[in-house]
Amino acid sequence: MVLGIKPAKSRLVWCFVFFGLMLPLLMLSYDIYTQQLGADPAKEIVKYLGTWAIISLWLSLWVTPLRRRLSLAWLVRFRRMFGLYAFFYSVLHLLAFATFIVGWRFEILLEEFSERPYIIVGAAAVLLLIPLAVTSTKKMQRRLKKRWLQLHKLVYLISILVMVHVIWMVRASYEDAIIYGGFLAVALFERIYFSYKKSKPLKKV
Amino acid sequence: SIKAAQRNSNFSSNEKLTPYPDVILHNNFYEFGLGKQDPSRKAQQFKTDPWAIEIEGEAEKVGKFALENLIKPHKFEERIYRLRCVEAWSMVIPWLGIPLADLLKQFKPTSKAKYVEFTTLYDPQQMPGQKALFSSLDWPYVEGLRIDEAMNPLSFLATGVYGQALPPQNGAPLRLVVPWKYGFKSIKSIVKIRFTETMPRSTWNLTAPKEYGFFANVNPEVDHPRWTQASERRLPSSLFSPNRIETLPFNGYAEEVAHLYAGMDLRKWF
Repeated sequence: MVLGIKPAKSRLVWCFVFFGLMLPLLMLSYDIYTQQLGADPAKEIVKYLGTWAIISLWLSLWVTPLRRRLSLAWLVRFRRMFGLYAFFYSVLHLLAFATFIVGWRFEILLEEFSERPYIIVGAAAVLLLIPLAVTSTKKMQRRLKKRWLQLHKLVYLISILVMVHVIWMVRASYEDAIIYGGFLAVALFERIYFSYKKSKPLKKV
Repeated sequence: SIKAAQRNSNFSSNEKLTPYPDVILHNNFYEFGLGKQDPSRKAQQFKTDPWAIEIEGEAEKVGKFALENLIKPHKFEERIYRLRCVEAWSMVIPWLGIPLADLLKQFKPTSKAKYVEFTTLYDPQQMPGQKALFSSLDWPYVEGLRIDEAMNPLSFLATGVYGQALPPQNGAPLRLVVPWKYGFKSIKSIVKIRFTETMPRSTWNLTAPKEYGFFANVNPEVDHPRWTQASERRLPSSLFSPNRIETLPFNGYAEEVAHLYAGMDLRKWF
């Protein structure tokens, strides 16, 4: 029982969140199946998967601030799921890019990776998510102890890489960069503020 | 007059046409939104009649003219052109319209007319994209050509596509088509044409001068700073065949237009 939520109810909430984040993939599959993605389905799919990778990652970063500020302790239960969804959607995003846009043609893949800087930072972010996903189990958490926490701080670097990826793609509008950047900034500044507050009284002693 | 249009085979590609639904559902027309399907969804109420065009600057005949009077005297033709977007996708489209030179000559540009500047309608009520909060573009959209580029027989003004009137999302009632340049040069829904002595600044050039030059000639050897221009994806592309083809210098129209740039460093004048 977590914070007054009964097991049966909390399981229901878990299912709700789990399917809530699976829904975008189902909707995308439906659009692909019914051919509603227009003349350039590849680009639509890649963008859609990328968007949900970012939303999932940002959700994982919002867990701690919301827990602290709004006393929503039960949210912690979903942090791993959010992180794994971020990994799941970002891998699909990368695979969709390599398959539907590049067609696994090695020379084009190489050219795209070397000439489009936003693809390099994006790919780096996905690579860095791998160790986090692999060590996301409770067992690994217990085994790595303190090092687990250090390792998972990589998520901050990853989120910055993702932001660079988004900003580097800006063309006709700053909309994406401002919205994603705003939500990330709040999640990060809350942490900085919190650790600043925490460290202050210690100095007086 | 559109119905009487004959295909001009001298200026037509014989490549496979991009199907009509793709031509009218996949558009970059940021005045109607950022998504490729936004223009087709949001432009349907766009009013193209009555439509007037202002002629300004270095010409003997200037003023405001009703569109139908401007285009009526000219012979309509169909031309099948490749369209290469700067985003590295391309289409093959049968346009209907008149050569740009035919229209421009009727205003008798003077010897001072070294450039031609085109402006798109500014009407935020009809064009929601012009109200967008975080747009990086300044409205109205402006584009330009050097006078010899404008007078080149390939430069075309389209009022129709696929044998029908141009849908609003494709730039109705009148749009430019400059097939050897990236698509953003082919300005849509034109309301003003101005002859100038100095090089006009274009919208994309003002937004990102390092990425979009005045000329914007299709050139596989000069990459966009953020992506390669060596190849393109010919649309429609299906999921398991990206339909990637090599990009040709001047989008395959080098024979017709390369001489316009003789002696110019195309890396500098990109």
